[in-house]
Amino acid sequence: MSSPELNIPAVARLARLALTEEETATFQGQIGRVLEHIENLKKLDVTGVEPTAHTYPVFNVTRADLPGTSLPREAVLGLAPRAANSLVIVPKVIE
Amino acid sequence: MDLAKLTISEIQQGFRAGTFTPTDLLRTLELRIQSAEPTIQAFLSRDFQTALKEAGSADVSLPLGGIPIGIKDVINVKGQPCTAASQILRGYTAPYDATVITKLRAAGAIPYGRLNMDEFAMGSSTENSSYQVTKNPWDTSRIPGGSSGGSAAAVAACEVPAALGSDTGGSIRQPAALCGCVGLKPSYGRVSRYGLIAFASSLDQIGPFARTTRDCALLLNALAGRDPMDSTSLDRPAEDFTAQLGRDLQGVRLGIPKEYFVDGMNPNVRATVEAAIKQCADAGAELVDISLPHTEYAVSVYYIIATAEASANLARFDGVRYGKRADAPKDLMDLYLRTREEGFGREVKRRIILGTYVLSSGYYDAYYLRAQKARTLIRRDFEAAYEKVDAIVCPTSPDVAFPLGERTNDPLKMYLADIFTIAANLAGICGISVPGGFVEEGGKKLPVGLQFLGKSLDETRLLSIADAYENASGWSKETAPL
Repeated sequence: MSSPELNIPAVARLARLALTEEETATFQGQIGRVLEHIENLKKLDVTGVEPTAHTYPVFNVTRADLPGTSLPREAVLGLAPRAANSLVIVPKVIE
Repeated sequence: MDLAKLTISEIQQGFRAGTFTPTDLLRTLELRIQSAEPTIQAFLSRDFQTALKEAGSADVSLPLGGIPIGIKDVINVKGQPCTAASQILRGYTAPYDATVITKLRAAGAIPYGRLNMDEFAMGSSTENSSYQVTKNPWDTSRIPGGSSGGSAAAVAACEVPAALGSDTGGSIRQPAALCGCVGLKPSYGRVSRYGLIAFASSLDQIGPFARTTRDCALLLNALAGRDPMDSTSLDRPAEDFTAQLGRDLQGVRLGIPKEYFVDGMNPNVRATVEAAIKQCADAGAELVDISLPHTEYAVSVYYIIATAEASANLARFDGVRYGKRADAPKDLMDLYLRTREEGFGREVKRRIILGTYVLSSGYYDAYYLRAQKARTLIRRDFEAAYEKVDAIVCPTSPDVAFPLGERTNDPLKMYLADIFTIAANLAGICGISVPGGFVEEGGKKLPVGLQFLGKSLDETRLLSIADAYENASGWSKETAPL
């Protein structure tokens, strides 16, 4: 039933998502069935058809470059799981 | 007179005549909420004291002065929780107002309460909320629809006269249909998305729930308009969306798409919708048979594009700047992996994986690009149809509200039920669901939605048609037996 090319652990890693073994097995079947359904698109001839990214194309939207007020620094840092000295704290990235 | 059952238009008459005040209304609604919520569970939270202060100083001369509006938990209201019904945002407090909230406040309305939803708006039953299960007020053993199930249930249970939701593939229209209220998805670009937690940015629109089409039009008057903070919002001349209400259906050409009456629909829903369409004809509408030939591809296109966009949008929930962070991460990768594992629910994970897969190297052309091209064909189907008709009429959902728990283990079946609503998002057009009759199941009356689809930016006419049907049918006067 499941799509042989669908390697759930590899895709989950790309998505930065850890999964349990049970989730991996369940998703393999469920997402595999969704992909089988999606296969119906292959019978559609889309030669020469432009892709639609947005239904109402608007281009080069600009606004005046005026200084405005930003959110207060304390309010934003207050939302971070860890913050100190006006900085967000994360695990060490550079050895 | 039960204030909780009034429409916005009726409330305004009461305010202006001095029969009752915004404070009277809010107190009545709060009592109603207290009696209904133990069963319905539409609200994740609410702040009665703040709302009471706002009611006390409300200016009832404003277009929505003193009207409490429930807000789906995916739209930021400054100082209030905003979790998208996800554990990854548990405890998050919005630091700013979404543009729609700024606009509602400017019109005098009072944002009241945070309404339950499927986590990150991913679902059709509100059972994917990580906090609680909302019940359908018509039969509390059934789902309210989704993803804006809390918004629909709160309006149907007379806990608020109106609410905001968001619609990516039917998340306003489908719960409105299943709960027997009116729900409007505006055209893409009509309403600013600034301050809406993004699911699929090329499909998402915010829109209103209310008891009548007229009330939805009043709300759209307040919500619509260009916003410098959302570059996809469109610059259009101001319109009064109530301008063409109160008309009849004489001379209106309604298209009936043959692809929207399919095998596998609930036969009672089909019969009810066919009877409703006959009511449109009796009221003067000219019925025109049309075809939307690419309908069979819509679910596939939608679940590629929506999940692809979602996988990118939800990358921001990484445990660094806001929201949940896993305990004692050993390095940055471990922090990402476990924060997202612990913070996201099952449907969200499923969609992130599907979206990541269809965008991944080697598959992009076969899935995402092909889906975008098929999207063009779906859009053209509608453009061709609107050369012949003023609006399309069809069912909102192939079924009535189903029993809680019935479909939670079968995602594909859940996705296929979105067939009648998702094409409108793919095409960027506007759509509305209004009560179209009832079906009896298990001794309970269950609402059936009638959907009208209008061409892009044609809301004034769409609302005129829906209002005319509503007045001819009288269904919107029915209230849930709660």
